[in-house]
Amino acid sequence: MSQISNRPKVLLIGVNHKTASVDIRERLALKGGDAPAINLFAGLPQLEELVFLSTCNRVEVISSTKDPDDAKDAVKRLWMEKAGMDRGLIDSSLYSYEGRDAIRHVFKVASSLDSMIVGEPQILGQMKDAYRKAVEAKTSGAILNRLLNKAFSVAKLIRTETGIASSAVSISYAAVELAKKIFGELKGKKALLIGAGEMAELAARNLLSNGVSGLVVANRTLSRAVELAKELKGSAISLEEMESALLEADIVISSTGAPDFVLTGEAVRRVMRPRRHRLLFLIDIAVPRDIDPEVNDIDNVYLYNIDDLKGIVEVNKAGREKEARKAERMVDSEVIKFISWLETMDVVPVIQGIRQKAEEVRRNEIARSHSILRDLTPEQQKAVEVLTCSIVQKILHDPIICLKKETRDDGAKDILEAASRLFGLNGSGEDRHF
Amino acid sequence: MDNAVFQVTIFLYIAATAGFLINIITLKKAAAKAANAFLYAAFGSHGLAIALRMFMAGHTPLVTMHESLSFFAWCMVGAYLLMQAMKKIKSLGAFVTPLALVVMVASSLQTKKILPLSPALQSIWLPIHAVICLAAYAIFALAFCAAVMYLMQERQIKGKHLGAIFRRLPSLENLDTMIGRCLGIGFPLLTVGIITGSIWAENAWGSYWSWDPKETWSLITWFFYAALLHQRLTVGWRGKKAAIMTVLAFGVLIFTFLGVNLLIPSEHSYVTNFQ
Repeated sequence: MSQISNRPKVLLIGVNHKTASVDIRERLALKGGDAPAINLFAGLPQLEELVFLSTCNRVEVISSTKDPDDAKDAVKRLWMEKAGMDRGLIDSSLYSYEGRDAIRHVFKVASSLDSMIVGEPQILGQMKDAYRKAVEAKTSGAILNRLLNKAFSVAKLIRTETGIASSAVSISYAAVELAKKIFGELKGKKALLIGAGEMAELAARNLLSNGVSGLVVANRTLSRAVELAKELKGSAISLEEMESALLEADIVISSTGAPDFVLTGEAVRRVMRPRRHRLLFLIDIAVPRDIDPEVNDIDNVYLYNIDDLKGIVEVNKAGREKEARKAERMVDSEVIKFISWLETMDVVPVIQGIRQKAEEVRRNEIARSHSILRDLTPEQQKAVEVLTCSIVQKILHDPIICLKKETRDDGAKDILEAASRLFGLNGSGEDRHF
Repeated sequence: MDNAVFQVTIFLYIAATAGFLINIITLKKAAAKAANAFLYAAFGSHGLAIALRMFMAGHTPLVTMHESLSFFAWCMVGAYLLMQAMKKIKSLGAFVTPLALVVMVASSLQTKKILPLSPALQSIWLPIHAVICLAAYAIFALAFCAAVMYLMQERQIKGKHLGAIFRRLPSLENLDTMIGRCLGIGFPLLTVGIITGSIWAENAWGSYWSWDPKETWSLITWFFYAALLHQRLTVGWRGKKAAIMTVLAFGVLIFTFLGVNLLIPSEHSYVTNFQ
C-alpha cells in the first residue's frame, strides 16, 4: 500500500426521507437500546472517526476510515443486528458516499439542501448537536472536526447569500395548511406542544402567526417547558398533566425524544367524549414516533406523522429550485477547497516517512562503522552523532520545506507522489540492505 | 306563459351548474362568478314562474308533484344564496346547483296541468303547511350536500391522499358548522310543518293523526333528525358518523317526500281523488 492511498477517507452511510419510510428511519436511529447509538458505532474498529446524525428525516453515520468497503460492511452488519433488519431491506434503503461525494453530501445536509423542505432551518442545529455528542464521546478527530465545522460555515454562508431560507418554511408550513383544511379558521384554536424541541418551537410559532390563540407546552423537564412557554406566551405543564390539556387542545404537536409512545390510542379515546368530539389534529414529528398510529383510526381524530406531511409539501417546491441551484454551486466550490485541505494532510505521512528513512540510514551507517568508531573517546563519538544528525537535517531541510509549501498552496498530488518515489517510500525499499 | 318562464329557468340552472362544475374542475374564478350570476337569475325567473302559476291557478301552486318539486328546488336555491351571502362556503355551489337542476328536471317531467283544488285542500293551511314542510326539506337538502362534501373531505384527510378534492373542498369544521346550522333551522321547521299538517287534518277530516303512510313516514323522518340533533346538542356528536346519519336521514326524507306518494296510496298523494 502506498502512503497516499492510506489516508483515511470520508465515508457516509445512511437513510433519509427519500430512501426510507419513517418506520425504517426510526429503527435505524437505535434509540431504544441501553447505550447511545454513537457508542455502538464507536465500537467498530473500522471507523477511525465518527459522527452519528439522527433527525426526524435522516439517520446517517459520518465517518473517516482507511477501508471504506470494510467499514461500510461493518456498519451495515451492526445495523442489521441492532435494528433487527435483514440485508435486503438494509441494502435497499441505505445510501453511501465516499470521499468527495460524502463531503458534498455533508455540506448539502447542513445547508438544508437535502431536507424534506429545502431551506428549513432546524437541520443545522440538529447537526451541531450530533457533532457535540461526537466530541463528547471523543469519536471525532482531525478530519471530521474540520469537515463539520466547515459544513456549519457553508450552511451559514448559503443561508445569508441565497434566498433558500427566505420564507423559513418547514414541516410546520405543511402542518398549518392541513390545519386550515380541518379547522377553517385557526383563530381561537388551542395548540398543545408535547416536547420542547427546536422543531416543535418552529411549528408552534407558525401556528401562532396564523391565529392560534392558546398554547400549552408539556415537557418532561418542566423548566424547559416553562422557558419555551414564556417565550411563546403560553403556559407550561408537566407530561403527567398532558391528558387534561388534551381536553382543551385542537392541535397537538409532539416531538419528544422518548423511545415509546407518549400518547396512546386509549388516552385519546378517553378524552374524545369529554371533548364533545371536537376535531383533534395531531402532528407527530418525532422519530421514533410519539403517538400510536392507531390514533388515526379514532373518529374525528387526524394524525399525521412526518412522512404524511411530505405530500402537502410538494406544492411550493418549485420557486426555491433556482436558489437551490445557486446554493449547490456554492457547495461545490467549498467541496473543492475541503478536498485540497485533505490532500495537504497527505504531506504529513510523506515527511514522516522521509525523516524516518534518513534516520534509519544514519543509524545503519554508524552501526556499520562500529568497529572503527568504538576506539574513539565518548566525546568524539558524541561529536560523530551530532555531525551525522546535522548532515541529515541539512540535506532534508529544503525538500521538506518545499513539500510543505507546495501542498499547502494547491494540494499538489504530483509532488507528493514524486517525493515518495525519490525517497523510495513505497514499501519496496525495505528489503534492501545497506 | 308560466311554462315558458319555467323552461328559461331550467336553462339558467343548466348554465349555473355548468359554471360551478367548470369552476371546481379548472379552479377558474370567473366561472364561479358567472355561475353565481346565472343562479341569481334562475332564482328570480323561477320565482316569477311560481308567481305566474299561482296567479293562473288561483291557489297556492303546491298541489301537484310538478309544483312541489319546483318549489322545493326554489327553496333550496334560495337558502343556498342566503347562506353564501352570510358565510361563503367554498365549492358548495357545485353540489347544490346540480341537485337543484335534477329536481327541476324531475319536476318538468311531471304533468304540468293545473288541477282544481279538492274541497279538503281548500284551506289557509295548504300554503302554511306545504311551504313550511318544503322549506324544511330544502334546508335538509343543503345539509345533505354539506354532509356529502364532509365525507369526501374527511376521506381525503383521514386517508392522507390530499389530491384535487382536498384543495377544492372547504374545511371540515366549516362544513360541520353548516350541517349544524341546517339541522338547527330545518328541524324546527319540520316540527312546525308536521304540527300544522295535523291541525289541518283535524280541520279537514276531524282527526289530528290518522296514521296514514305519509304521516307515519313524516314521523320516522322527524325521529331521525330529532335523534341527530339531540346527539349533537347533548354529547357534541359530529364528524363522520354524524355526516353519514345526515345523508341517511335525507334518504328517509326523500322517501317520505316522493316514495310514499309514488308507492303507497295516501291522503297526500298529489292526485285528485280525495275522499
